[in-house]
Amino acid sequence: MSNLLEIDGLETGFDTERGPIRAVDGVSFELQKGKTLGVVGESGCGKTVTAMSIVDLLPKPSGKVLGGSIRLNEKELKGADQKVMQRVRGNEIGVIFQEPMAALNPVQRIGKQITEALILHKNMSKATALKEAVQLLEAVGIPSPERRVIEYPHQLSGGMRQRVMIAIALCCEPDLLIADEPTTALDVTVQAQILNLISKMQDNIGMAVMLITHDLGVIAEQCDEVIVMYAGRIVERAPVLELFSNPLHAYTKGLLASIPWIESERKTVLPTIPGQVAPIHEFVEGCRFCQRMERSGELVQERPPYLEINPGHFVEQCPECTKEDSNICNEPSKSVGQIIKLRRSEPFTVWIRKIKIKAPHKQILTLLTGRQEKLNRVRVPLLQVKEVKMHFPVRGGIFSRQTGAVKAVDGVSISINAGETLGLVGESGCGKSTLGKSIVRLLRPNAGKIIFKGQDITTMSQWSLRKRRQDFQMVFQDPAESLDARMSVGQLVSEPMVIQKMGNRYERNERVFELLDRVGLPRTAADKFSFEFSGGQKQRIGIARALAVNPDLLVLDEPVSALDVSVQSQVLNLLMELQRDLGLSYLFIAHDLAVVKHVSDRIAVMYLGKIVEMTDAEKIYRNPKHAYTKALIEAIPVTDPSRMREHEPLEGEVPSPINPPDGCAFGHRINAPNYEKSKGRDIKLEEIESGHWVSNCPCCVDR
Amino acid sequence: MIRFIINRLLQGLLVLFALYTITFFLAKAMPGEPFTTEKNISEEAKAYQRALYGLDKSMLEQYLRYPINIVTEGSFAVSTSKGRPVRDIIAQSFPNSLILGLSALGIAICIGVPLGVISAMRKNSWVDWGSMSIAMIGICVPAFTVGPLLQIYIAAHLPGLKVAGWGSPIDIILPALTLGLTTAAYLARLTRGGMLEILSQDFIRTARAKGVPSNKLITRHALRGGLLPAIAFIGPSFAALISGSFIVETIFQVPGMGQHFVNAVIARDEFLLLGVALFFGFLIVIMNLAADILTGILDPRVRLDSNQK
Repeated sequence: MSNLLEIDGLETGFDTERGPIRAVDGVSFELQKGKTLGVVGESGCGKTVTAMSIVDLLPKPSGKVLGGSIRLNEKELKGADQKVMQRVRGNEIGVIFQEPMAALNPVQRIGKQITEALILHKNMSKATALKEAVQLLEAVGIPSPERRVIEYPHQLSGGMRQRVMIAIALCCEPDLLIADEPTTALDVTVQAQILNLISKMQDNIGMAVMLITHDLGVIAEQCDEVIVMYAGRIVERAPVLELFSNPLHAYTKGLLASIPWIESERKTVLPTIPGQVAPIHEFVEGCRFCQRMERSGELVQERPPYLEINPGHFVEQCPECTKEDSNICNEPSKSVGQIIKLRRSEPFTVWIRKIKIKAPHKQILTLLTGRQEKLNRVRVPLLQVKEVKMHFPVRGGIFSRQTGAVKAVDGVSISINAGETLGLVGESGCGKSTLGKSIVRLLRPNAGKIIFKGQDITTMSQWSLRKRRQDFQMVFQDPAESLDARMSVGQLVSEPMVIQKMGNRYERNERVFELLDRVGLPRTAADKFSFEFSGGQKQRIGIARALAVNPDLLVLDEPVSALDVSVQSQVLNLLMELQRDLGLSYLFIAHDLAVVKHVSDRIAVMYLGKIVEMTDAEKIYRNPKHAYTKALIEAIPVTDPSRMREHEPLEGEVPSPINPPDGCAFGHRINAPNYEKSKGRDIKLEEIESGHWVSNCPCCVDR
Repeated sequence: MIRFIINRLLQGLLVLFALYTITFFLAKAMPGEPFTTEKNISEEAKAYQRALYGLDKSMLEQYLRYPINIVTEGSFAVSTSKGRPVRDIIAQSFPNSLILGLSALGIAICIGVPLGVISAMRKNSWVDWGSMSIAMIGICVPAFTVGPLLQIYIAAHLPGLKVAGWGSPIDIILPALTLGLTTAAYLARLTRGGMLEILSQDFIRTARAKGVPSNKLITRHALRGGLLPAIAFIGPSFAALISGSFIVETIFQVPGMGQHFVNAVIARDEFLLLGVALFFGFLIVIMNLAADILTGILDPRVRLDSNQK
């Protein structure tokens, strides 16, 4: 079969203030017609730069293809004239980008954005192009496309926008589709829909796909062949089955090991790849993964050969990284307790009711667990949330009367015991973040009760809350956005203590150092600013800040979803370790069921403002009762490429919480056969067996 | 949309009333009164004059009577220094200022916007550095320097152009140029900034990925969003341009409205002062509203916001 795309020795560089850097350094691969190639690796490994070099969309004027060749259909694209590239882009190669929010022009109608390429490349008239656009929107599964063509991007949901992006990329039936993290910003259910759509369109048009992602599950499901990139080079390239069954390079093994699979054992320490990708200007000539492992000598001086080991299986043959037993990860599958090698003898300071206690770790632990046991003995959960409702008014009319309400949280009851982790999962828009914010009283619920340590804080004034806030803290999703860039890390971490009037300046500084030790950051970090750190380190700062006032409960709102997989496992390990050491309770909010299952004792599944199922983490995965829970589990990409899924992905999206459908909202979405029965019924959680709560909906639960 | 406009107009009325209040009391706080002159006028004559203009009433009554008269009689009182109704004075001088201001704005847009767009397209090139340096100079050099320079080096050498005066249409050129250059400089900088912001957005990359040629990239995708900061600036600055500039009008002998702002204060003519201040405030309110409506037309996301509120 002929090769559609041939990349040979591609080198791409950028001019920076520190001089020229080489982001892609000698990358070669081929892609055949109709096949799917996966490109995987951490951020900063040159995946996107490689793809953008092909279509000449590098940032101008700093980015440049320096060497090698790029041949599409035996036509050289490197150094091709702008006119030529304009014919190639959009016509022969379509591109989908990661952020569907930002990738569409906000001030142009959807229809115009699709027709633009059709008019450019196919010489269509405006009217024909518009008809074609409507058909395309229909093909990518957008309901009532005639209406959508005259709408603007902000009127569509994220999933719908990504469908529009696909329609734009595919409108001229390209030979090659480059999809750069097409589903990273989307929910698992929507991700499954989008991936399904890409495969379907691929079959229809017969195009090849280059799929860039950091999600190995997506790779396993979608790709025929995979290239693993590290620090601007391909370290391994193999057919998908071969790569998953017989990874040769230590980096590939590390990536495969560091992800919590849904089947893996809960609460184990996740293997992590030590260190991080070096900044591009510090890349060595030799094996760059050895550079990360802090190996020296010849290994990092001479570039290892890139050889074909088995038919179609290429690897960068570094003697150290391709050893049989090269296990760079720390031991997996041991429980957290066995692994922690804390400097337990080192003193650690804790304030309990304004009394400062400085003691070795071990004693603190007994002290805290003593507190915990006392709480547990009286059988009062640390946190009780009873029938909480959080409705936001929708105003309209001349005098801004309230015309409706967004029922973001609509009657939720949960409880968290001391030392326990409750996982909260659901698609975006289901109200899980709103619930988290209501619990720490960043919002004031309209109804229901929030009882923390036996005290009702539902309607407590901001003034009296201030004192209570040291008992519950929140860690936010995006560490880059939630930390003030104008404050030093030391100021950020000590600020909660200043507010709570804990200690004097000297004591606070001392505690900042302790906290930095605790979350695995160097003490020198205190004088730096948050933007000087990587994503994972920033999240560690966020955690240190939350820990500063010795809280009992941490509300973790998507704490790892903005992080790379390898960093994600580091942060998850830290959270589990802290929980064990400090006796913390967590409300862990996330959309990734595999991650939630790994860290949680119990899991609550939320849909459209309501909990639909809640039970032990293990049970919910082995024996889900509610159709929505089942759909969420099925939407997770299966990590074994030999075990292909056959089910159809969950259709549609979470409906608007302003006008929720009558009866069971999920039954309405999936068109459940018994949906009519649920109409007019008051749907509530029922305990079907000890500790297993399921909503009593007649259409989604089979008994 | 209509509700939005009505809301904004009501807000504008409040703003105008606040402006009136401040101007009124500031005028009263000025030392002296309209009839304080060097000439010896008898106390009786002064008292007669005060009664004639209603200045003998209590402060509160004066404060309330002025707006009531505007609403009931459409009267903006009579200028104490000119002895003519303020309304007539504005009606006579405003058209001159309007023509001058419109020409100045036209010049500013024709120079500033293209300069900004070109600078953004050729970021960090000599074109960019050059035009931005000129723009900086344009902002820094005041009109009372530019005006005389134009008179000396252009008007004096080109036949047909007068150094000063206001009669034929050709007389508009020099004062409009003087008035418009500063605005042009601001516009160039704002347009450059707006365009650079838009050109760095992801959707520009999407457009390139579609194969859109670079000239169409600017006209179809970048210009609409890139002009928004400039439009927000044009609104209020347009009001300032058409309500006249004392300096430019004085240099080029233009019988516009700008002179009244200064002369009214010097003559302690509080009714004229109130009249021109309120008129200027009214223009600002209207132009800001117009700029917002224009922004809404260009940016559908803003439209959504105003509808929800």
